[in-house]
Amino acid sequence: MPVIESSEGPVWRLRNRNETLTRWFVWLLGIAIFLWCWQQISDATTWFFVWDAPNIAGDILGRATPPRWSYMDNLWWPIWDTLNIATLGTIGALILAVPIAFLAARNTTPSTLFIRPIALLIIVATRSINSLIWALLLIAIIGPGVFAGIIAIAIRSIGFCAKLLYEAIEEIDQSQVEAVTATGASRWQVMVYGIVPQIMPAFAGIAVFRWDINIRESTVLGLVGAGGIGLQLQASLNTLAWPQVSLILLVILAAVVISEWVSAKVRGAII
Amino acid sequence: MLRLDALTKTYKTGDQALKAVTLDVPAGQVLALIGPSGAGKSTLIRCINRLVPPTSGTVTLADVDITGLGAGALRRERRRMGMIFQEYALVERLTVMENVLSGRLGYVGFWRALTRRFPQKDVDEAFRLLDRVGLLHMADKRADQLSGGQRQRVGICRALIQDPALLLVDEPTASLDPKTSRQIMRLICELCAERGLAAIINIHDVALAQMFVARVIGLRFGEIVYDGAPDGLTPETLNEIYGEEDWEATIEKVDEDGTAEAAE
Amino acid sequence: MNAYATGETHPTLNEMLGTRWRRPPLVQRAWLRWVLVIGGIAYLIAAFLSVEVNWTRVYEGLDRGGAFIMAFTQPNFVSRADAIWDGMLESIVMTVASSVVGILVSIPIALGAARNIAPLPIYLICRGIIAVSRALQEIIVAILLVAIFGFGPFAGFVTLSFATIGFLSKLLAEDIESMDRSQAEAVRATGARWSQWIDYGVKPQVIPRLIGLSIYRVDINFRESAILGLVGAGGIGATLNTAFDRYEYDTAAAILLIIIGIVMALEYISGIVRARVQ
Repeated sequence: MPVIESSEGPVWRLRNRNETLTRWFVWLLGIAIFLWCWQQISDATTWFFVWDAPNIAGDILGRATPPRWSYMDNLWWPIWDTLNIATLGTIGALILAVPIAFLAARNTTPSTLFIRPIALLIIVATRSINSLIWALLLIAIIGPGVFAGIIAIAIRSIGFCAKLLYEAIEEIDQSQVEAVTATGASRWQVMVYGIVPQIMPAFAGIAVFRWDINIRESTVLGLVGAGGIGLQLQASLNTLAWPQVSLILLVILAAVVISEWVSAKVRGAII
Repeated sequence: MLRLDALTKTYKTGDQALKAVTLDVPAGQVLALIGPSGAGKSTLIRCINRLVPPTSGTVTLADVDITGLGAGALRRERRRMGMIFQEYALVERLTVMENVLSGRLGYVGFWRALTRRFPQKDVDEAFRLLDRVGLLHMADKRADQLSGGQRQRVGICRALIQDPALLLVDEPTASLDPKTSRQIMRLICELCAERGLAAIINIHDVALAQMFVARVIGLRFGEIVYDGAPDGLTPETLNEIYGEEDWEATIEKVDEDGTAEAAE
Repeated sequence: MNAYATGETHPTLNEMLGTRWRRPPLVQRAWLRWVLVIGGIAYLIAAFLSVEVNWTRVYEGLDRGGAFIMAFTQPNFVSRADAIWDGMLESIVMTVASSVVGILVSIPIALGAARNIAPLPIYLICRGIIAVSRALQEIIVAILLVAIFGFGPFAGFVTLSFATIGFLSKLLAEDIESMDRSQAEAVRATGARWSQWIDYGVKPQVIPRLIGLSIYRVDINFRESAILGLVGAGGIGATLNTAFDRYEYDTAAAILLIIIGIVMALEYISGIVRARVQ
C-alpha cells in the first residue's frame, strides 16, 4: 500500500504502479481467452436454431405434456435395477476403497515411497473418469446390462470414497493408536482397536453420501446401455415419445429428491 | 529390575533428546521424573517400551534387552510394561469395558480381539479393576462420556490388566484439576504398593511428586542432574534442574500441602 | 463401595464376576435390530438374484479387458491425432467459457439466495433456480438442450453454465449466510450505501472461498465436458465413444490418459491457488 508523493501532496493507493499494470494485463489476457473461446463455440453453432429455440422448446413442452402415466407399469423393474446398481455399486466400491485408503494414508501405508503413490494413482485415475465413460468401457468388454452398470459405479466411486477415507485416517488422534500399541497389540489389533473406531463415523457418512450420488448417476447409465431407467429414457428419446420422456424425467427427479432425503436423514442419525 | 544403560536418542532434526542416560530401577520402586518441558522426560519413557526407538544404549527389563528385540518379542515384553498417558489416550468411541480389555490385546489372538470374545478370566479381572477404581457401573458407557478423572481411572485399569511389572506414567495429572490430580496420584501409588509394581512417573508438579514418591530424578537437556530422596530437593537443586527462579514459595507450599494431606 | 454410586442400583462386583460380557449393540431395541439385519440381508439376496450376468459373455470379455489394460502401456496418440486434438480443444473451450459465464451469473444469484442480504421474494426465486439446477443432472439437461439447440458445443456450454450456477450459488450463499456479522455491520455503521456495503463488508469475507470453489468447479466442468459428447453436446466424449465402438482401445487409452493428466494438473493448480488465497 504505497503512498505516492504528487504535486497535490501524498496520495494513497491500494497498489503500486507495477502491480496495477500486471493486474490489468492479467485481466486483459483472461478476457481475450474467454472471447476466443466464445468465438470457437459461436463458429460451431447454427445460430438460426438458437434463435428458434423458444419455439422448439415450446413445441417439445406441448408434446411432452401430459406425461403418459400408463407407461409407469413399464418402469417399476428399471427403477429396481437402478436402485440395485447404486447400492451394489456403492458396496463394491467401499470394499475396494477401504484397503486403498489404508495404503494411501501417510500414517498407515506400509511404504511411502512405493505403495502410497500407486494407491494415490488409483484414486486419481478412478475419480477423474466419469461413470458413463467407465460404463462405455465395461460394455465394450463384458457386454451391456445391469452388471456393467454396477461395476462402472463401483470403479468410479473407489477414488471418491478412498480419498475422503484416507483424509479421515490421516486426521485420527495418534495418541489413541500409541496407547493401544503400548499394550503389546499386534499391527492388525492396533488397526481394529486404535484406528477403526476413530474412522467409523467418517466411513458411514462417506458411504451414505456416495450412495446418494450413485443413485443420481445410475439413473443415466442406461443412456449408454448399462441398465436401469436410463435405458427407457434412451428408447423413448429415440422414438420421440415425449410423453414417456417427461414421465421418466419426473421419476428421476423423484428418485433424486428421495435419495437426498434418505441420505440426509441417515447422516443426521449417525452424527 | 529395569536398567537403562547409556540410553541416547537423537531425533532426525538433530535434537539430542537423551544424552547417555543411565538409570537403575529396583522392583517395586515408584520414582518421579521431573524437569522442564523439552528435557526429554516423555522421550525417556517412550524409549523404554520403544514407542520411540532409541538411537543407542540399552534398556534391560528383568534381564531381557528390549532394544534388540524383533517385533513379536517386543510385543511380549510390552505386555510387562503398562503405560498411562497424559490425555488419557482412551479410544474415545469404544466402551469403557473395551478400553480396559484392550490391555489384554498382547495376550489374545486377532479373531478374539475382533469379535470381542475375551477369556472369562480377563473379563472378571476387568470387572475387579473397574470396581477397585469405582467405575464398575460405567462399564458399558462410551469413553467419551466420562469426565477427565474417570477417564484416567480407566486408563489405569487398562495398564494394570496387562499384569505388568512396571508402569510407565506420562504426565498423569497434566489435564486434571488439583483435587482429581491428587486422587489419581494416590490411586497410582496405592495400586503400585498393592501389586508390588515399579513405576516411572513423569510429572510437572514438583510438589505433587514430593508428596507421593520415594525417589526423584531430575532431568535437564536429556541428562540426569538429580537423583535422590524427595526432601533432598533444595532451591539449589531445583535451580539446576529448571533454571534460576525463586523456589522458596514452592517448597513452603509443599510442606503446607503435605501437612494438609496428612490431616485429611 | 465407592463414592460414585448414585441412586440407581447397579449389579455389584460379586454379581458380575463370572458373567459373560458382550459389547452393547449399536441399535438398542432388539426387534428393530433384527428387522434391520434381516431386511438388509433379504434386500441383498433379492438384488443379487435380479442381476442377470451372462458369465460366458463376461468370460469372453476378459480377453478384451486384458487388451484394454495392455493398451494403457502403449496408448496411441497418433492415428486419430486430429480428432483427439479437436475434441480436447472443444472440451477446454467449453470448460473455460461455461466456467466464466457460470461464475459471473452465480454471484448475483448467490447474493439473492442469502437470507441475510436479500428480501424474501428474491430469495425464493434464487433458491428455486438453485434447486432446479441441482436436481437435474448435466447429461439430462444436455439431452434436452441438444433437442432444442441442435448438436454442437453450444448445448454443452449452456449445460455446464447452468450446472455451475447451481453448484456455486448454493455454496456461496451458505458462506454469505454464515459470515461474520460484526465485520459487515461495522462497514454499514460508517454510513455506506448497499453497494458499498457489499463491496467492503461482504466481498472481502467471501472472495477467498469464491476463488477456491470456482477453481474446483473448473475441474468438475472439465470432467463433465468429457461426457457431454456422448449425447452430441460437443467435446472429447464423441471421439471417445467412436473409439470404443470401433474397439480402438489404444486410442481410447490415449484419450483417458489425457483426461487424467489434465484433471491431475487442475487439482495441482487448485491446491496451489487455494493455499495462496487462504
